[in-house]
Amino acid sequence: MGYIVELEGVNKIYGSNHVVRDLELKVEEGEFLTLLGSSGCGKTTTLRMIAGFEEPTTGSIKVEGEAIEEKEPFERNVNTVFQSYALFPHKTIFDNIAYGLKMKKVPKPEIKKRVTEMMELVQLEGFEKRYPSQLSGGQKQRVAIARALINRPRVLLLDEPLGALDLKLRKQMQLELKRLQRKLNITFIYVTHDQEEALTMSDRIAIMHDGVLDQLGTPTEIYEQPKTKFVATFIGETNIFDGQINDIKGSDISVVIENGYISGRGDGFKTGEYITVSVRPEKLKFAETPQEGFTVPALVKDYIYVGSIIKCIVSLPNGNELKIERLAGEKLPDIGSTIYPYWNREDAVLIHNRDNMVFETIDSITFN
Amino acid sequence: MEKAHSKHNWKSNTLPALVTVGPLTLILVLLVAIPLIYVVVMSFCSIDQYYNVEFKFTLDNYKRLISPDYMKIYGQSLLIALVTTLLCILIGYPFAYIIARTKSKKKRLLYMLVIIPFWTNSLIRIYGWRTFLGNNGWLNSILQTLHITNEPITFLYKQGTTVLGMVYCLLPFMIFPLYTALEKLDGSLLEASSDLGAKPLVTLREIIIPLTSGGIFSGSIMVFIPCLGYFFVSDILGGGNSDVIGNLIERQFQSGNNWPLGAALSIILIAVTLILVRIYKKMGGDMESLGV
Ligand SMILES: Nc1ncnc2c1ncn2[C@@H]1O[C@H](COP(=O)(O)OP(=O)(O)O)[C@@H](O)[C@H]1O
Ligand SMILES: [Mg+2]
Repeated sequence: MGYIVELEGVNKIYGSNHVVRDLELKVEEGEFLTLLGSSGCGKTTTLRMIAGFEEPTTGSIKVEGEAIEEKEPFERNVNTVFQSYALFPHKTIFDNIAYGLKMKKVPKPEIKKRVTEMMELVQLEGFEKRYPSQLSGGQKQRVAIARALINRPRVLLLDEPLGALDLKLRKQMQLELKRLQRKLNITFIYVTHDQEEALTMSDRIAIMHDGVLDQLGTPTEIYEQPKTKFVATFIGETNIFDGQINDIKGSDISVVIENGYISGRGDGFKTGEYITVSVRPEKLKFAETPQEGFTVPALVKDYIYVGSIIKCIVSLPNGNELKIERLAGEKLPDIGSTIYPYWNREDAVLIHNRDNMVFETIDSITFN
Repeated sequence: MEKAHSKHNWKSNTLPALVTVGPLTLILVLLVAIPLIYVVVMSFCSIDQYYNVEFKFTLDNYKRLISPDYMKIYGQSLLIALVTTLLCILIGYPFAYIIARTKSKKKRLLYMLVIIPFWTNSLIRIYGWRTFLGNNGWLNSILQTLHITNEPITFLYKQGTTVLGMVYCLLPFMIFPLYTALEKLDGSLLEASSDLGAKPLVTLREIIIPLTSGGIFSGSIMVFIPCLGYFFVSDILGGGNSDVIGNLIERQFQSGNNWPLGAALSIILIAVTLILVRIYKKMGGDMESLGV
């Protein structure tokens, strides 16, 4: 399968601000790829470089196998849906959508035909003569999408396109966008900071953190095998333990943390290494006595009801809190009782600690 | 009870209004309304043989306004104003665009470059041009020293020189509203246009100019109207064929000593101004960008 967009060693530096670092990203033809990350992590900058509005400080970007650093935005086979929509306020909806075709000097009758088709596709029939200021947020959004899609781009870039809509409309537009993407078979590169949106819409998710691509994978991979602590905490809820490996037997790994031991399963770790253990709330179990490999006690503090789900908050002796999640009606410990949290070893995700070197250095200092 | 209530109302509503709006209204009445009424009344007065103003109603002044001599000067004045306005747009637009789109420190420097001459008295600056362009002026000395010409070239006393002076004086009035309009322009619209395949010049035509037409129009009004009245520019730089309406008015009040006729001429200028402002408002222009 060919790659339609390839970013190789891309860096972007504004003054002293290193916004995008050594970005390697290959986007497959026809896929829905989401750039996900918290605000300020460099998503927009990355998208703007692909669109051609910014030049990478170093590195290369290829679209359809062609290096496009030299091409101006108006020469690229890529279109953008802007976060603020950027509709032309002095042009009617028809003229807004027809803009790209007019630039390509498409004959008038064909423009009319294609705009009409496109307006049908995004369910905007009858709005031809209106101006952008006369539309609601959701309608403007559709115009922005129609205006970009009418050029039949190979790649559509979308920068938080649903950010300004209310929750209900956002959910609806998520489905519509997904439907459009499947129907037209266009590659979407989609920027959002909303992890739920990313999980529901994407074929693959690229998680960015401080300008670095932390992990690239399918939603399931990202949820079940986060590669960094940031990814584990950013996607869904999780319980995090920082500790040091004290014993490895085959794939079974025992980790010492404050106030006791916990266990997990994984490969490629070595004894003495500092790691992070992530366990999803729904995977957490509890017992009245310590279990084999799990010796940390916890105090049951509170319950939170979220629809049909109950979250049980327990606190460890060092004050850290854990969440246990169950469906309503399932058995949970009483508030005030002491429990021993544990889990099936394969349910824990073990993550190399980025700060491992720092800890090792500190450990190597000997005090007389 | 009823009385106390109304007294309270007077104190809380009318008094503050009087105190704050009152002085302003008074100043406006003193400085604008009264002189204006005076001019209107004067334009209907007649003069005796010693050119003294008599308060005797007459339409003679207005009849004289439509004499062929005057008509020619109106035409000439309108032409000068039109050419000046067009030149100001052509020069001011790129300049305002650059200032509006430049970031940070350079922007302030560019802005100051426009403002500083604006703070200097324009009469002095126009005399500066005369010194520069005169037959014994710097420009001619330079040209003769470089042997580009042997005889001094007459730059002064032409319609073109008047236009040059007008453009020079009035350019800031064009740049300020253009700058305001361009500054407000949302950059993502330009990116969207380019993204959709428009080359820069097409974006200029399709997006930038239509969205800043308000600025172009208010700038044009602010250049065109003074241009009809700036008599000192044509006095100092222009020859006999570059009089503007302002020259006619000035002459009646000074050497002509025919105040009623001068007043009637002024009324024309006021009328042209009002008509232009009216058109401007009709076209959806907002008065704020005219500084009103
Ligand atoms: N034109 C610019 N000049 C300087 N810094 C910029 C510019 N654009 C973005 N940045 C900085 O780059 C960082 C990433 O911005 P951005 O890509 O917009 O993040 P995101 O879209 O993920 O929220 C931010 O710290 C922002 O301040
Ligand atoms: Mg952004």
